Amino acid sequence: MFIVVLCDCLSLPPTPSSHLFIHISCFVIPSFQMQFMLLFSRQGKLRLQKWYVPLSDKEKKKITRELVQTVLARKPKMCSFLEWRDLKIVYKRYASLYFCCAIEDQDNELITLEIIHRYVELLDKYFGSVCELDIIFNFEKAYFILDEFLLGGEAQETSKKNVLKAIEQADLLQENIDFQMRLFAGVMVPNMASEASGLFQN
Amino acid sequence: MPAPIRLRELIRTIRTARTQAEEREMIQKECAAIRSSFREEDNTYRCRNVAKLLYMHMLGYPAHFGQLECLKLIASQKFTDKRIGYLGAMLLLDERQDVHLLMTNCIKNDLNHSTQYVQGLALCTLGCMGSSEMCRDLAGEVEKLLKTSNSYLRKKAALCAVHVIRKVPELMEMFLPATKNLLSEKNHGVLHTSVVLLTEMCERSPDMLAHFRKLVPQLVRILKNLIMSGYSPEHDVSGISDPFLQVRILRLLRILGKNDDDSSEAMNDILAQVATNTETSKNVGNAILYETVLTIMDIKSESGLRVLAINILGRFLLNNDKNIRYVALTSLLKTVQTDHNAVQRHRSTIVDCLKDLDVSIKRRAMELSFALVNGNNIRGMMKELLYFLDSCDPEFKADCASGVFLAAEKYAPSKRWHIDTIMRVLTTAGSYVRDDSVPNLIQLITNSVEMHAYTVQRLYKALLDDISQQPLVQVASWCIGEYGDLLVSGQCEEEEPIQVTEDEVLDVLEGLLVSNLSTPVTRGYSLTAIMKLSTRFSSVNRIKKVVSIYGSSIDVELQQRAVEYNALFKKYDHMRPALLERMPIMEKTASNGPTEIVQTNGETEPSTVEAKHPPPVTQPTNQANDLLDLLGGNDVVPVIQTTIPTKPVSAGGELLDLLGDLSLSGGPAPAPAPSVPTSQPPFLLDGLTSQPLFNDIAAAGIPSMTAYNKNGLKIDFTFERANPNPNIAVITIHATNSTEAEMTDFVFQAAVPKTFQLQLLSPSSNVVPALNQGTVTQVIRVLNPQKQQLRMRIKLTYTHKGSAVQDLAEVNNFPPQSWQ
Repeated sequence: MFIVVLCDCLSLPPTPSSHLFIHISCFVIPSFQMQFMLLFSRQGKLRLQKWYVPLSDKEKKKITRELVQTVLARKPKMCSFLEWRDLKIVYKRYASLYFCCAIEDQDNELITLEIIHRYVELLDKYFGSVCELDIIFNFEKAYFILDEFLLGGEAQETSKKNVLKAIEQADLLQENIDFQMRLFAGVMVPNMASEASGLFQN
Repeated sequence: MPAPIRLRELIRTIRTARTQAEEREMIQKECAAIRSSFREEDNTYRCRNVAKLLYMHMLGYPAHFGQLECLKLIASQKFTDKRIGYLGAMLLLDERQDVHLLMTNCIKNDLNHSTQYVQGLALCTLGCMGSSEMCRDLAGEVEKLLKTSNSYLRKKAALCAVHVIRKVPELMEMFLPATKNLLSEKNHGVLHTSVVLLTEMCERSPDMLAHFRKLVPQLVRILKNLIMSGYSPEHDVSGISDPFLQVRILRLLRILGKNDDDSSEAMNDILAQVATNTETSKNVGNAILYETVLTIMDIKSESGLRVLAINILGRFLLNNDKNIRYVALTSLLKTVQTDHNAVQRHRSTIVDCLKDLDVSIKRRAMELSFALVNGNNIRGMMKELLYFLDSCDPEFKADCASGVFLAAEKYAPSKRWHIDTIMRVLTTAGSYVRDDSVPNLIQLITNSVEMHAYTVQRLYKALLDDISQQPLVQVASWCIGEYGDLLVSGQCEEEEPIQVTEDEVLDVLEGLLVSNLSTPVTRGYSLTAIMKLSTRFSSVNRIKKVVSIYGSSIDVELQQRAVEYNALFKKYDHMRPALLERMPIMEKTASNGPTEIVQTNGETEPSTVEAKHPPPVTQPTNQANDLLDLLGGNDVVPVIQTTIPTKPVSAGGELLDLLGDLSLSGGPAPAPAPSVPTSQPPFLLDGLTSQPLFNDIAAAGIPSMTAYNKNGLKIDFTFERANPNPNIAVITIHATNSTEAEMTDFVFQAAVPKTFQLQLLSPSSNVVPALNQGTVTQVIRVLNPQKQQLRMRIKLTYTHKGSAVQDLAEVNNFPPQSWQ
C-alpha cells in the first residue's frame, strides 16, 4: 500500500529533530522580566505603550492588536491572568482603562497585580482622582511617572512618597509649568463620560 | 511663521474628528507643518513638535522623521527638551537602527551631569532600550554610579546594570566589586534593585551563585526585619511592609537555596515564619505567600515545610478570588509529581474546580485531575471526569478524551469497566477523539476475548441511537464484522442479550454505507464488515448483492474494495472462509498508547492542541514492511492485500486514500500491521537502460521521461539534483493537452511507497490549455534516504468538455539516476 505525504507548503514537514531545534533556539535563561505594559481603552484605543524588549514597530503593532483583542474578549468573571504565546498576561481594568502587563513564565502574577495597582495609585495621587482623560491629555506625564516607578521592567522604588517627590522635583525643573494647560483641558473637552470617570470609581 | 500649535490643542482637535479619514487628514496636515518646522531647525518649538509627533505615533501614524529630532533634544541643555527627547528616543528608536548609536555620547555626558534628574533620565533610557554596543560603551559609567552614595541614582544604576548584563553577559564581572555592600543600604529602593541585580547575576553564573551564597544570613535578617517591624507608612501596603521587597528577597533565597543544604537550612525558619504570619485577606499577602510556596518547593526544605506549602495552596483553592485559585492550580500542577501524596489530599477541591466558570481554571483543574488519578481513586475520578467531558467546551474535549483513555489504560479495574468507559467517551465526545483511538480501541477489544459478545452488543445498540460520531461508528462496524455471529446468537453474559436478526444487522451496516454522515473511511469499514459477515451469517446472497453494487461506486476506495471482494466471491471463493476468519489477538506495542496530554495554554484553539501531539511512533515488523511495501499489487494477488486486517488499512485509510478527502497534514502511518505472512510478488524493473534517449539540459544528466499519456493528457517528468541533499530528487511534471478542449480544475496528486517521503509544491496553474498551447508545471520533491527504487502512483483529476475525469496510474519507468 502507498503512504501518501502531500503538502502544499514550501517547507518540509517538521521532523522531530527540527522541532527540537526550534525549542533550543528560543531557550532563554528563565528571568523575571516584564516585557511590556500596555494601557488601552474599552474601545481598544492605545493610551500608553512601554516596551522593555527590542521589537520592530511592525511586531509591536501586531502584538498590540492581537493582545487588545484577546483581553477585550474576556468576560468579567474570568481571572486576571491569561497565557498568550509563551508569556503570561496580567491585566486589570480600572474604570475605562485596561492595564495590561506581559511577564515571563517564572514571574509572580499576584505581585504584578500589585505593581499595576501601585502605578494607578501614583497616577491618582499625581493627577488627583485620575481618569482616562488625564492620561490622554498628559500622556507624556504618564510616561514620566512610569519611568520613575519602573526601570527595565522592574520596580526601582517601592515607596509611593519617593516616586511622587522625584516627579515633583523634575516638574519644577521644567521651564514650562503647564498646570494651567491641564486645568484648561479638563474644562474644555466634550463630555466623554467614560473617560472622565475616576479610575478608582469602579 | 505662526507658532506651532500646542500639544493639548492638537490632542483636542484630533479628538473632534468624527471619521478615520478626517483624523488622517488632520494628522497629515500637522505632520507637514512639523516637518517644515524641523527643516527650519527651530530650537524653540522642537520640543513641542516632537511631543505632538509622539502623540500621533501612539495613534498609529508613522513618526520616523522625528528620530533625529529626538537626538537633538537630548543634546539640548534644557531639561524639558531632554525629558521629551529621551521619551521620544525610547518610543521611536530601537537598536535595529544605527541612529540610536548617536545617542551614546549624549547619554555618556548626561550620566555625568550635575543634576541628578538628568542623570536619572540617562540611566532610565539606557536601562530600558540600550543596545549591546551602547551597553559596552557605557558600562563603566553605570558601574561608577552604582558606587555612589546618592540612593536616587544608585537604585537606577543597579537596574541599569541588570539590563547591561542581560545584553552583554560578559560584562557581569565588572559589577562584582560594586555589589559588596549593596545589601547594607537602608534605602528600600536601593535594596530592592540590589536584590534584583544579585538575582540576575546568580541566575547567569554558577560562580556568582556560589559567591553570593554567603549573603543568605543577611537576606534572612532583612526579611525578618520587614515582617517584625512595626507599621511603616512609607512602605506599607494593606498592613504589609514593602511586599515588593519581600517577594524579591524570597525569590533570591529560592535561587540561593536550590540544591544547597546549608543555605536551605538557614532559611527554613524565616520561610515558616512568613508562611504562617502573613495576612491573607488581601491579594498582596497572598502574593507573598505564593512566592514563599514557590521557594519552599524549590529548595531542599524539610518535609514539614513542604506540607505547610501544599496546605497553603490547598487553602488558596478555597479562596473566593479566582486569581488565587488559578495560581494555586498552576503551582499544584508543578508539584504534583514530587509531592504526589500531599496534593492528593486536596483532590476533592481540585475536582470541584472543574465546575469553575473560568476557562483557564477549568483547564488547569482538568490537567491536575488527570495527574492525580491512580489505582485507588480511578472509579470516582473517572465519574467526575466523564461528567466534565459531557458538559465541557469543545476546546477541552479532545484533551479530556485523550486523558481519559490514558488513565483508563493505566488503571482500569476491569476489562468491562474499561470498555464501558471508552464507549462512554465515544458516545459523548466521539467527534473529538484522536484518530489513533480507533485502532487502539479495536486492539483492546480483540484482547478482551470474554467481552466480545458484550462489546458487540453495546456497540450495536449505540449505532442504533446515533451514527454521526465517526470513531464510534468505525469501531462498531469493525466489531460487528468480527463478532456479528455472537450478536445474532444472543450469547451475551454480562447483560440481557438482545434479539437481533441477520437482516437487521445488515440493514444497519448498509445504512452506514449510504448515510451522508459517514466519511469515506467509515464506509470502507462498513463494507469490509459486511464482507466479513459473509462467513458468519447465512444471508450470503444479500451480501453478494451489496458488494457487487459498490463495484461501480464513485468512491474509488470503495470501488476497489468491492471489486476485490467480488473477485473473492467469484474466483477465490475457496479461500474466503480462511481469509475472513476471526482476527488473531494483536500484540500491543508500547507506542500504541495515546500520548500524555500536553500542557497547553488555556487560550489556544483545539487545532493547535492536535498539532502538538507527536505522531505515534510506528514500529513496523519486517513482515509488515513487505506487506505495506506492496506496489503494483493490482494484478498480483489482490485478495491478500485487501485482507490485511482492516486496522492498518482503515486507520491509515485516510492516508492511503488518494481519493476523497486528502489530509494535507503529512505524517507517518499510524499503527503497525500485525504480521500475516504473504509471498512478496517479485518486482521486475521495467527495462531501463542507463542510456538516456535524450538529455534534458536542466537536469544534471538525468533523462526525462513520460509518466502518463492517455486521452490527450501527457505528463512528462524532468529531474534535477540541484538540491544539496543527494537523497532528494526534484521532479518537475509538465502536463500538456493535445485535445481541442482545455482541461480545467486540473489536479495532480502522487503517492509513493512508505520508505519515501513526498512533497508537492504548488502547481503553476490548474488549466491545461488545449492543443499543446501551454504546459502546467508542478514540482515534486522526493526524499529517498534508503535509495530504493522510485515508484509512484499518480492520480489525475480534471474537467474536460464539461465532465469530470479521474484517472489513476502507476509510474514505474523512472530512470535509475533519479533515485540512485
